[in-house]
Amino acid sequence: MGLLDKEFNDSNIVVAKMEDVMNWARLSSLWQLSFGLACCAIEMMAASASNYDFDRFGVMPRPTPRQADVIIISGTVTLKMATRIKRLYEQMPDPKYIISMGSCANTGGPYWEHGYHVLKGIDRIIPVDVYVPGCPPRPEALFEGLLKLQEKIRTETIRTKTKKIA
Amino acid sequence: MTAEEIYNLLKDNFGEAILEMVSNVPTEPIISVEPLQINLISQFLRDSNELQFDNLMNLSGVDDNNAEKTTNEDGSVSSNGGTLSVYYHLDSLNLKHKFTLKVSTKRDKPEVESVVNIWHSADWHEREAYDMFGIIFLNHPDLTRILMPYDWEGFPLRKDYENPEFYDGMRIPY
Repeated sequence: MGLLDKEFNDSNIVVAKMEDVMNWARLSSLWQLSFGLACCAIEMMAASASNYDFDRFGVMPRPTPRQADVIIISGTVTLKMATRIKRLYEQMPDPKYIISMGSCANTGGPYWEHGYHVLKGIDRIIPVDVYVPGCPPRPEALFEGLLKLQEKIRTETIRTKTKKIA
Repeated sequence: MTAEEIYNLLKDNFGEAILEMVSNVPTEPIISVEPLQINLISQFLRDSNELQFDNLMNLSGVDDNNAEKTTNEDGSVSSNGGTLSVYYHLDSLNLKHKFTLKVSTKRDKPEVESVVNIWHSADWHEREAYDMFGIIFLNHPDLTRILMPYDWEGFPLRKDYENPEFYDGMRIPY
């Protein structure tokens, strides 16, 4: 009756929309650029480690932007680093996604007033898909952000990269 | 050796170049010296048998916040005069004594001799003091910015520093 219980005994054909299949593939193996900035990066590493296990969502770190699908901006973005982040982002192949993790990456965080050296929000230089609040956010919060991103990718079409989701 | 004894010993050897000692501070006593004599004095502090200050624990720049501030007609504040200081926290691992050395230099022409050839740990500390306060360390092997980007303008920890509007096309204020 179903597909899974038949295993490989019969020849199976699945009919699906191209978009659905592509979106499913994309959202199930989001390779993140292994790149960390500050204390948020420690939480991001904890999310990758065995207790939280980011890999069960298909997320695994890639040490090169050429093979990465998502970049997690995990920490304070100084102006000096901002120029480097922009370059990393530009080196990633499309489709590419950005998770802004923590208060610093979202808005400048505690450096919003006197941080002469801090970029007040990564969205001033690159387009952010999901903002994760917290200082720093726990791994669970980062997972919530990732699930939101997956939800976003699920609604993509070939015509528009992202549709508004509720 | 107590700071008093160190002070007297330095006074005997360098006379006028040793300015004063302040001991009623919660930290180690502070001995002020001439900024353009600091290299000679440091050499003596490290190599003298009775002192053996082989460890520069920390070196930091300070804006003494003693400049004269005048408000211009357009509301901007300009500051004249005043001093920038450099503090050297010295320690002898062998003789287990320590004290703080201080030099003050004019804010308009902040020049201090480098001590990198005596304590190598001074290298990056002096670059930081240059980066943040614009203190020029004479004879430093590579006096470039260490934290801020190379093309940054101004010295951020000076009291009269004003945050720029833009850097490299990025808006800075919130």
